[in-house]
Amino acid sequence: MAATTECGADVNTSENNMSVMKALSAASPLTLRVVAECPVTKARACDLILPHCAVSTPVFMPVGTQGTLKGITVDQLEGLGCEICLGNTYHLGMRPGPDLIEKANGLHGFMNWKRNLLTDSGGFQMVSLVELSEVTEEGVKFKSPYDGEEILLSPEKSISIQNSLGSDIMMQLDDVVSSTVSGPRVEEAMHRSVRWLDRCIAANKNPDKQNLFAIIQGGLDAELRQACLDEMTQRDVPGFAIGGLSGGEEKDDFWRMVTLSTDHLPREKPRYLMGVGYAVDLVVCVALGCDMFDCVFPTRTARFGSALVPWGSLQVKHKQYAKDFQPIDPDCPCPTCKRHSRAYLHALFKSDTAAMHYITIHNIAYQLTLMRSVRRSIVDGCFPEFIRTFMKRMFPSRDQYPGWAVDALASVDVTLD
Amino acid sequence: MAGSRMKLELSRVVQGRGRLGVLKELGKTGQHSLEVPGCLLHTHLGTVPHLTQETLQTLSNLPSVTQLTLSNIAEHQEVLEEFKDGFRTFAGLHDAVFYCSLHDPATPCLTGYTTNKTVSVWGSGGRIELTVAKFMALQKAVQPDWYQSMADGETWQNNTSRKRVRKSVDRTLAHLDECLLVHQNSQELEGVEVFGVVEGGDFLEERVRSGRETAKRPVAGFCLDGLQTGSMDQALRTQLITAVTKELPEDKPRLLQGVGRPDEVLACVEAGVDLFESFFPFQVTERGCALCFSFDTSPDPELAGRAAPAVLELDGERDTSGETQQNGDLNPDDQSRMTSFEINLKDKRYKDDFRPLVEGCGCYCCKNHQRVYLHHLLVTNELLAGVLLMIHNTAHYHAFFAALREALANDKLEVLKRRVLGERGRQMEINKTDKSE
Ligand SMILES: [Zn+2]
Ligand SMILES: [Zn+2]
Repeated sequence: MAATTECGADVNTSENNMSVMKALSAASPLTLRVVAECPVTKARACDLILPHCAVSTPVFMPVGTQGTLKGITVDQLEGLGCEICLGNTYHLGMRPGPDLIEKANGLHGFMNWKRNLLTDSGGFQMVSLVELSEVTEEGVKFKSPYDGEEILLSPEKSISIQNSLGSDIMMQLDDVVSSTVSGPRVEEAMHRSVRWLDRCIAANKNPDKQNLFAIIQGGLDAELRQACLDEMTQRDVPGFAIGGLSGGEEKDDFWRMVTLSTDHLPREKPRYLMGVGYAVDLVVCVALGCDMFDCVFPTRTARFGSALVPWGSLQVKHKQYAKDFQPIDPDCPCPTCKRHSRAYLHALFKSDTAAMHYITIHNIAYQLTLMRSVRRSIVDGCFPEFIRTFMKRMFPSRDQYPGWAVDALASVDVTLD
Repeated sequence: MAGSRMKLELSRVVQGRGRLGVLKELGKTGQHSLEVPGCLLHTHLGTVPHLTQETLQTLSNLPSVTQLTLSNIAEHQEVLEEFKDGFRTFAGLHDAVFYCSLHDPATPCLTGYTTNKTVSVWGSGGRIELTVAKFMALQKAVQPDWYQSMADGETWQNNTSRKRVRKSVDRTLAHLDECLLVHQNSQELEGVEVFGVVEGGDFLEERVRSGRETAKRPVAGFCLDGLQTGSMDQALRTQLITAVTKELPEDKPRLLQGVGRPDEVLACVEAGVDLFESFFPFQVTERGCALCFSFDTSPDPELAGRAAPAVLELDGERDTSGETQQNGDLNPDDQSRMTSFEINLKDKRYKDDFRPLVEGCGCYCCKNHQRVYLHHLLVTNELLAGVLLMIHNTAHYHAFFAALREALANDKLEVLKRRVLGERGRQMEINKTDKSE
C-alpha cells in the first residue's frame, strides 16, 4: 500500500507526528494522521485529532442547527458513534445569542455535547435570505427576521460569535454566491472571500482552542477556483473547505470543481466538502479525496418518513409498508431496526412524533455506518471494490448509474462493471 | 374466570384513607406486578409520547403495565389480524404487560355518536364505529393482558339527564354481558382479564346500581368512568367514588379514568381508587411545562432541605398568566390549562436560568440539561423539547406515586397532602398578591 501510515511502525510515529505538526501552525489544536491512502483513487482514511476527541475520517457530520439534533438526545447521538456534529452560527447567534451560550460554557455546555462541534460562518444562510441582505466589503447586512433590526455580519462578528460558541472547528465568513450564478460577481466574491479569510484569522481570539477553516470559492470556473486555491493555501489555516457547490449546479461541474480542489489542497490538512450528504455523492467524493461532509438531508428526510437504505430509500408512510413486518433494513445494526418493523413504524407515524425520531436515528446510523465501511475498505486497500459493490446495490442496473458518477470515478481509475 | 390469575394483595386498608397493596402475577407468564395506588404507563400505540425505547429506558421504576387505546389501534385492525401474533410482538415490546382501554384519556371524546349497539372511537383517519363483535375482534387481534369492556361513557357533560345516565348504565351492562359471552368462547383470549365499567354520571343511585351490577359479573377489576377532570368538582367525585367502592369487592382493583392531577389523585385514593392513567405528564409536556411540585415527606430537616429548594425557590415562578388555577376547575377545557403543579418553560424568566428543572431530580433531563436549554428548545420549536420534558414529567409523576405509597405505608398521608396541596394553596396566595400589586 502506498499509504504512509502512522499506525505502522512505532519508530516512525513520533517522526511523522513531528512532520505533521511542523506543517501546521505551531498552536493549531488539530492533528491529522493519514492512516491509509487508497492506491487507486484519491481516497484516504485519517485520524483527525480535535480538542474534544479523535474523529475517524472520512466522516459524515449530522447537522444540529439550533443546538439540538431533531429530537435525538446527545446520549443517543454519542451511542450511534457520532464524533462531530454541526451547529449553525446564524441561528444560534440570533437565539439564544452568543452571550448566553458563552455563559453556558459554549455550545458544548449549552447542549451538553461532549464531543466535537463544527460551526458554519452564518454566511450561507444569507443565500436564502438574499432579499434581506446586502454584501459590501464590510460584511453582510441583513434585517433580523425577529425584530427587523439591521444587522451587519462582518468577518470579525462571525468569528466573535463562533468564539463564543466555542466550536472545535469554525468556518471563515465567505462571500457566498449561488453556484448557478456566473460572471464578474463570482470573481468578486472569490477575491473578497480571500480578504475576509485574512480578517477572520486576525479576529480569532482562540487559535489555540478553535480551528479556523478556509473556504475555497470560485464558483464553477476552474481558473477562479485555481486562483482561490493558490491564495488560500498560502495562509496558515488548519483545514480547508470546498464551498460554493451543492447549490443546484450540474453534477458534471460539481465533481470537476471538487477534484480540482483536492488536487491542490495540501495532503496534511483535512478537506471538508460542504453540504454534501447523499450516499452516492459521499462515496464518489471520498474517491476524489474529501474527508469531511455535512448535510441536513438525512435528518430532514427522516421527518417525512423517508428511511435511507443501501438500495436507496424507503418511504415508511407509504401504504405498501402497512403490513410489512420486516425491519427497515434487516442488516442495519441501529436500535430502530433491531426492535421495530416497517409496519409498526408506519402505524406509529399516525400517532406519535417518536416515529420521526426512530427514522432519524436510523438515518444517522445509516450515514455513519456507510462512512465507517468506506473507511474500513480504504484501510483494507479495497476501496475500488467497495465502490463497485456499493453502486450495484444502490442501482438496479448498470444503465441507471448516474453519468457524472461514472465519469468522476473513471477520473480516479475506478471503472464500474 | 378461566385462566384468570391476577391477584390483588392488600397490605393496608384504612377506611377513608386508601388502599395499599400489590397486583401480582401479571402478564402472560405472571412474572410482573404493579404496586397500588399506582398508575399505568400512558402511550400512543405502545410508545410513551415522544420517547423512543432508548430514552424511555433511561427512566427507572416505570409502571409494569402499559396502556393502549382502541382509539389509536382500531384503524390498524386489519394489519394486526394479518400479523396474528398480537400487539406485543407487533410493536416489538416483548416484555410489556398491556391494558387496552377504549378511549385516550388525554383526548376529550366527542359525544352524540353512541347508539344502543355501538360506541365510537376517533383515530387518525376519523371516527370508527365499534359493535361488540368488532370490539371483541379487536381484542383478539391485540391480545392484551387486560382490557376495558365496551362502555357508553357519554355522561360526563354537565346537565346530562337522569334518563340518559340510566340508559348509559343499562347499555354498559348489556355490552359487558355480550363481551363476556364472546370472551368466554374465544380461545385467543384465554388468560386475558376483563375490567367492567362503572357508569352513572353524577347520580348517586345510578352509580351504586352500576357498581353493584357490574360486581356480579365475572370481571377482574373495575373502571370508574364518567368522573374525569372537568366533569364535576372533587367533592362530588369523592362522594360518588366512596359510594361506589362500597359496592365493589375488596379484592379487585379499581381504575379511575380521566383523573390525573396530583390533588385529585390524592382525594380519589382516599376514596378507594387503586389505579390511574398517566396522561397528566403528557398534557403538561404538550403545553411546554415541567412538573415541579414537591412530595417530599421527610421529617429530616436536612433531607427536606435538600429536596425542597427546587420548589421553595419557585416562589412566584409557578404561574405566568396569574390566573391559572383560580377558575376552570369545572371547565372541561381546563385539561389544556396550566395547573399549579408545573412551571411554564416558555416563559422569559427561564431564558437565562441555569438550574435543572427540579434540583435533585435524577431523571435524564435534569441530570444533563438546564432550564435555559429547555426554554431555547421551546421557543425554537425543537422536537427535543417534548422529549426532554416528557422524560422529566414522567419521572416526576411516577415518583409522586411512589411517595404516595410510602406515605400510606408510614401513616404520612396527611404530611404528603400538606406538602402537595399546601403548596397549591400557598401558591394561590402568592398569585393573589402578585395580582394586587
Ligand atoms: Zn436501522
Ligand atoms: Zn427531572
